[in-house]
Amino acid sequence: MLDWLAQLGRHGLSFFERLGRGHLLLLALLRGVPGLLLRPLLVVQQVYAIGVLSLLIIVVSGVFVGMVLGLQLYNTLVDFGAEASLGPVIALTLVRELGPVVTALLFAGRAGSALTAEIGLMKATEQLSGMEMMAVDPVKRVLAPRFLGGFIAMPLLAAIFSLVGVYGGYFVGVGLLGVDEGSYWSQMQSMVDFDDDVMNGVIKSLVFGVVVTWIAVFEGNDAVPTSEGVSRATTRTVVHSSLAVLGLDFVLTALMFGVD
Amino acid sequence: MMQVRTVEIWVGVFVAAGLAALFMLAMQVSNLTVVGDDQGYTIKARFENISGLKVRSPVTVAGVRVGRVTAIDFDPQTFQAVVSMRIGAAYNQLPLDTSAAVLTSGLVGEKYVGLEPGGDMDVLQDGGEITLTQSTLVLEQMIGKFLFDKAESGKE
Repeated sequence: MLDWLAQLGRHGLSFFERLGRGHLLLLALLRGVPGLLLRPLLVVQQVYAIGVLSLLIIVVSGVFVGMVLGLQLYNTLVDFGAEASLGPVIALTLVRELGPVVTALLFAGRAGSALTAEIGLMKATEQLSGMEMMAVDPVKRVLAPRFLGGFIAMPLLAAIFSLVGVYGGYFVGVGLLGVDEGSYWSQMQSMVDFDDDVMNGVIKSLVFGVVVTWIAVFEGNDAVPTSEGVSRATTRTVVHSSLAVLGLDFVLTALMFGVD
Repeated sequence: MMQVRTVEIWVGVFVAAGLAALFMLAMQVSNLTVVGDDQGYTIKARFENISGLKVRSPVTVAGVRVGRVTAIDFDPQTFQAVVSMRIGAAYNQLPLDTSAAVLTSGLVGEKYVGLEPGGDMDVLQDGGEITLTQSTLVLEQMIGKFLFDKAESGKE
């Protein structure tokens, strides 16, 4: 019984320790960001690794999500004779919810896991300690550029995803199923509001970008420096950041659109 | 490691594509600015009932959108709704005796203001008011009237 209690206490303590280390790292990362203005090349390289290399999966998923939305919604809406509302429904779904959320989930899988594995391996092969020996702060040199890169890349990816999805829905709805082209765009334009819908989606994707890269960088930096430890940290990155994205999405949606 | 220049170019393309996507979302999807509304003129119309009409609802002549509703106010003297509409500068030939009606696109679609040009030689100026108006058809009232008529005719 006492053993069981002690184990519970140990788990609780280690959980709070990790939480505390995570927040301390976040503070250190934020402190490291201004210094990066002097060395923008470090950030550019990370935006390339995190953002540009994720473009393919984002664009392809965006097209197919939009096409599936077009197909499914058309079949539902046509029963009510409301297929002209296809445009606004697709646009609102993508801009408000699916754009930021699906992009963040794909981002966690594609870029977050890569970040964790890279940083974890650097730690396992003692590159980070090596830097410290040379009086180079690994938080500023290695972690902060990755954090800022993710912060920059995520909203751009989400915007591209939403736009590509709207055109995917256009392709299926107007091109294949014969919804009127004029009503697809004009109803969309009259129903979608820039501040309430598009900007709230951008705010969501900014928040998700911070959370996913923060978790990824922290897990990499906190990984047990063995190959097994790195693999566990990578798994944790994907699981935790996906859960955080989905949970935060509900909170943000409630704040932005819901419960007045 | 790839050439620094290539990386920079790709990042530039990526950032430009992302910003362009956001811009497109603003213009194409949400129609942030209504083109041509700055050079236009405002007219007013009073309605008994405008239920469902909103600010930014379209104003049409013969089914063509010529402007948008810019404000909806309530006149406490006459208990009427005062609808202000911004009409594009290109459509400055509307006769003085144009009539306005609050219409619905489809049975349950969005409300819009339909203008029906009259035959007057003078045209509506900025700040002008449309006097001939027709209120929106409220479905509940129509059904109520219909049932009432049915009951009346059944008695005889």
